[in-house]
Amino acid sequence: MQARMTRRKAVNALMMALSTGAAGLGLLVLALILAHLIFKGAGALNLAVFTQDTPSPNDVGGLRNAIVGSLIMSVIAVAIGTPIGILAGTYMAEYGRFTKLTKVIRFVNDILLSAPSIIVGLFVYQMLVVTLGHFSALAGSVALAILVVPIVVRTTEDMLLLVPDTLREAGLAMGAPRWLVIRQIAYKAARAGMVTGVLLAIARISGETAPLLFTALSNNFFSADLTRPMASLPITIFQFALSPYDNWQALAWAGALLITVAVLALSIIARLVTSKKDKS
Amino acid sequence: MTATTDYESGGRAAHPAARSDRVFGTLTLAAAVIVLLTLLGVFVSLVMGAWPAFHEFGAKFLVTEKWNPVTEKFGALAPLYGTVITSVIAMLIAVPVGLGIAIFLTETCPRPLRRPLGIAIELLAGIPSIIYGIWGLFVFAPFMQKVVQPALIATLGKLPLIGDLFAGPPYGIGILTAGLILAMMVLPFIASLARDIFLTVPDMLRESAYGLGMTRWEVNRHIVIPHVRTALVGGVMLALGRALGETMAVTFVIGNAHRITTSILQPGTTISAAIANEFTEATTPLYTASLVALGLVLFILTFIVLAAAQWMLRRMKAKAGV
Repeated sequence: MQARMTRRKAVNALMMALSTGAAGLGLLVLALILAHLIFKGAGALNLAVFTQDTPSPNDVGGLRNAIVGSLIMSVIAVAIGTPIGILAGTYMAEYGRFTKLTKVIRFVNDILLSAPSIIVGLFVYQMLVVTLGHFSALAGSVALAILVVPIVVRTTEDMLLLVPDTLREAGLAMGAPRWLVIRQIAYKAARAGMVTGVLLAIARISGETAPLLFTALSNNFFSADLTRPMASLPITIFQFALSPYDNWQALAWAGALLITVAVLALSIIARLVTSKKDKS
Repeated sequence: MTATTDYESGGRAAHPAARSDRVFGTLTLAAAVIVLLTLLGVFVSLVMGAWPAFHEFGAKFLVTEKWNPVTEKFGALAPLYGTVITSVIAMLIAVPVGLGIAIFLTETCPRPLRRPLGIAIELLAGIPSIIYGIWGLFVFAPFMQKVVQPALIATLGKLPLIGDLFAGPPYGIGILTAGLILAMMVLPFIASLARDIFLTVPDMLRESAYGLGMTRWEVNRHIVIPHVRTALVGGVMLALGRALGETMAVTFVIGNAHRITTSILQPGTTISAAIANEFTEATTPLYTASLVALGLVLFILTFIVLAAAQWMLRRMKAKAGV
């Protein structure tokens, strides 16, 4: 009996030590990656990164065209994806809550949520690049929008379902039509969560590389023309990191740091938006 | 047709409020249908784009290793093999370590640290894969080449049977390196998912088990994990779906070689890496079609894995009565 207890305790100590070790190892590796990124990226950051365009090899330059390109395409992607996502989520939580269609869409949406982003790139290539005959920033934006939609749909539906039905009933009893109840009552109650969804969607697309590879392509020059190829931070990082030139590699690290900071900042803000709501 | 009809009953359809309600309802329905059509569109466009390749090579496309743009002979076997093997390596490492982190966060971790560490892991899960890729290229691959791979070749490479897995010169880049980078990338995802799943276990179950005199490990091994088994498998499948389709973390370090070698230290390729590397360089229609066909194979593969994952996660939700 005593021996058995000792053995059980030993197994327990061993397994708990292993799980603590796993946590230590995992966090260590991830911390190493971040530390190296900050070290290399911060070393390559300077004012020129923001004020000059991508240089030729071994020349001075920055990432201005890539940063602006990423911003433009992200804004358009959010502008296209958010309304579609919110409306679809509204259908699933409000008008069609109990329909079969909603079940199907929930399934499809969850597939889209995790589908490989390079597949989305291939789809938009077939749809907008082949038919229009050239690569364009617009195609890149649409590819990113397709990644925005499922995230917004998911959070919108989840948040609207959390709104108590008594609120809706109170509104309807006042004689308000359903669309007014949704917009004035349900959206207001679910606003923080819905904003979080959009912020998370922006965080997700700001680092996406694969869907832009053969839609927006890239551009060595500054361009705000949506019908032409446009530079973006992830693609520039991809190209510069694989190049043999020191200055290009340094810029790749600077870009990687910028993206990571942006993504982390967006995720943290997204959290703050919801946690503030919880307190009030 | 729309679900707004119940509201409009009673002959008030002409009322302005009812009319705007119908407009808004139809609008939301249209958006919902767009989501549906997107997935359908992806599938149809991939099938259409891949058609020339399947027409030319038939089902043999899937079992041919050869990939030669010059003679225009294409087969999916090498990238398919690379995709599966890198994902398997990633899951073999990330699943136990991720579960370990989740158990640590729900059991042994000091209480004041639980929330911040949990949040840190969730934030890390959102870091774009290109960051893991660039780190893998500049830091991890050289480390593998100088330290890990020579050691593997000198020890495991000498053993009978499994020795072939670790044969050949240390390139740094290759199947094993790509698998390890993938593991690091899905690790925070698995850890935070498993932690969330563990937290759904009712406290009463844990307390009862402790009350019977079980040790911490026994509670987790015999109560917590069996209680959420389906959801855990679902979560792991979700992570597998990500690993299979991951592009950027892999493309940097895989080596892009269309061949199958027994050694996991050799360069290889995956479906997504092949598409990312070659698509803009594909000069002939058949070359492009073959790459799209690779994409179709990947899409079907991930669709099956993700659908299974969802089915399992739903079962947990149904069981929990949510």
